[in-house]
Amino acid sequence: MSMFPHTFLFGKIKPKRARKSLIGDSVFKNLTAIFALSVLVLALAIFYELYSRSQLSINEFGLDFLTGVEWDPVDQIFGALPFIYGTVTSSIIALIIAVPISLGIATYLSELAPKRLRSPLSFMVELLAAVPSVVYGLWGLFVMVPWIRDVLQPFLESTLGFLPFFQGPKFGIGMLSGGVILAIMIIPTISAVSREVMLAVPDTQREAAFALGATRWETIKTAVLRYAATGIFGAIMLGLGRALGETMAVIMVIGNRPQISLSFFEPAYTMSGVIASEYIEATQDLYLSSLIEIGLLLFIVTLMMNIIARLLVWRTMRKFRGAKE
Amino acid sequence: MQPKSGISKITAIVTIIIVIGAVIVGAYYLLIPKSTTITLIGAGATFPQPLISKWISEYNKQNTSVVINYQGVGSGGGIQQIKGKLVDFAGTDAPVKDEEMNPGEYLVHIPETMGAVVVAYNMPGLTGTLKLDGETIAGIYLGNITKWNDPKIAALNPELSLPDQDIFAAHRSDGSGTTYIFTDYLSAVSDEWANEVGKGKSVDWPVGVGAQGNPGVAGLVSQNPYSIGYMEIAYADLNNIPYAWIWNEFSEVFIKPTLESVSKAAEGFLEEMEEDVRISIVNSPDPDAYPIASFTYILLYEEQNVYGVNADFEKSKALLNFIWWAVHEGQDYSEDLLYAELPPEVVEICEDLLRSITYNGQPIITG
Repeated sequence: MSMFPHTFLFGKIKPKRARKSLIGDSVFKNLTAIFALSVLVLALAIFYELYSRSQLSINEFGLDFLTGVEWDPVDQIFGALPFIYGTVTSSIIALIIAVPISLGIATYLSELAPKRLRSPLSFMVELLAAVPSVVYGLWGLFVMVPWIRDVLQPFLESTLGFLPFFQGPKFGIGMLSGGVILAIMIIPTISAVSREVMLAVPDTQREAAFALGATRWETIKTAVLRYAATGIFGAIMLGLGRALGETMAVIMVIGNRPQISLSFFEPAYTMSGVIASEYIEATQDLYLSSLIEIGLLLFIVTLMMNIIARLLVWRTMRKFRGAKE
Repeated sequence: MQPKSGISKITAIVTIIIVIGAVIVGAYYLLIPKSTTITLIGAGATFPQPLISKWISEYNKQNTSVVINYQGVGSGGGIQQIKGKLVDFAGTDAPVKDEEMNPGEYLVHIPETMGAVVVAYNMPGLTGTLKLDGETIAGIYLGNITKWNDPKIAALNPELSLPDQDIFAAHRSDGSGTTYIFTDYLSAVSDEWANEVGKGKSVDWPVGVGAQGNPGVAGLVSQNPYSIGYMEIAYADLNNIPYAWIWNEFSEVFIKPTLESVSKAAEGFLEEMEEDVRISIVNSPDPDAYPIASFTYILLYEEQNVYGVNADFEKSKALLNFIWWAVHEGQDYSEDLLYAELPPEVVEICEDLLRSITYNGQPIITG
């Protein structure tokens, strides 16, 4: 020790520094913990508020609220099923359209596109995700709906018209338009997240596939897509979450009629749509309470979707970390 | 030397900011008159909002000490806010029933202007104006009449050649006073409508497609050939969408919707209004009246000393002065903004109503 006085010096300073940073660390840790917890508290507070303010309609209708098909503010009879159907069906239509296109975009951008094209194209895709939904809605009403009415609906009726989904009046406005506008809105989300997940697949996977004599398509199929499957599923869930909650753009094109019809040409209504439309002018207590209960149902559905998505993304990331080590 | 000049730069900037700040604060105290300003807050219906905003800015030019705010949060929101004593006045399209008020705290309804709902349509190649009666409109929205060349429509329009096309019926999806007026009219003229659907700001529509707001319905109608939709008269005018003349069953003629024929609707109900202004003026018996019309109201507490610690006689007086001005001089601004003027008889009724408002039991407006 005496041979190296500076170690003694360091020895003296070191604990001091450590103590200082220990205090800083614990303050910082607790502070961030409070921030993180506040999100949970907020979510619980929202849930509690929605639950307590929908008591009136829960007591009045009970489980019939979930199965009731009538929504009559004049006679004060409220049932949520047409809205649940509208939200779920329009989101499923959106997924059916958006998933193949998004996976195509993600595969091209992460595997096939020339290097200099990748960043500008990815940037454009992410840019689309930032367009406000009311802009999509206006574009949908004035450009997409006439196109669906004059081109898509006649085409679907003449080719797939034997199915009950593609029969009925061709006004453009309706479930089909709602699903298509949602698809356009969730494509950027799904393709951007899927691309990230596919880029995270280790190159050793691809090299191994090539070494075994796989073609490019086989490599993508067996080494990349299969490896990234849970992450891609998480991306789809995030897209679904956005579709379930989307309000403004859907209101403008879906026709806002609370009905359950097999035909995608018929108008429909979504849960978030009815809340946004009717809440401000609702005066009777039971009416308000029923609208809040719809909010509660929507909250539960979206929360579950988001939890599933997070879990899936988390599992994929852990798998990659395992593969890298 | 470098750091020193850096510091002096910062000092200079700080000094400039302080000087500018001092000048602004000084000017504020010198230029703003010392007289106390009164702030009035209102909230409610969006339908009269453009007119009320115009009143507020014009009134403020003449009475700089009174600052008024009106938030268009919807009739329902306005009623809730005045019941919660959050605002000094509220705007509503549908009147408030006695049992919906706070017990013992009566809300006076002052009709401040009139609205009309027109039945707009989009029929390519139509020469002439479509004419409709209440039964037929109810039939279309009930789903009993589905084609434009239905005999019932054809009988009202013998001079028009109507196409063999499906009717695309648009309605409001959001709760609105416009829907209230329209369904109130249909309930008045059609028993089937009254029994099956009824009247309200939102109803359970038997057929048709819902759109958000007046602009949404106007957009749907102008976009879709062979469509029909109801909207505020101003929206149809501003968007150049043609609208139907409506049958007046008392004079047995078709009435063109104009601001004058809307004003006439009130004149058919003057006796009833003496009793209570909270009446529906659809299907007016006046021979020149357009039948789909309605008042929109300002709500005020009859006894103004209900605001607890915020109650203030001067404030209540300023409020009444403003409303008094609005139903008199304020009416001159109606026409430019496409609102129907209150007939003079209704203005007299408004005067009586305003005189009935008290502070601690004493009338506020005297003489």
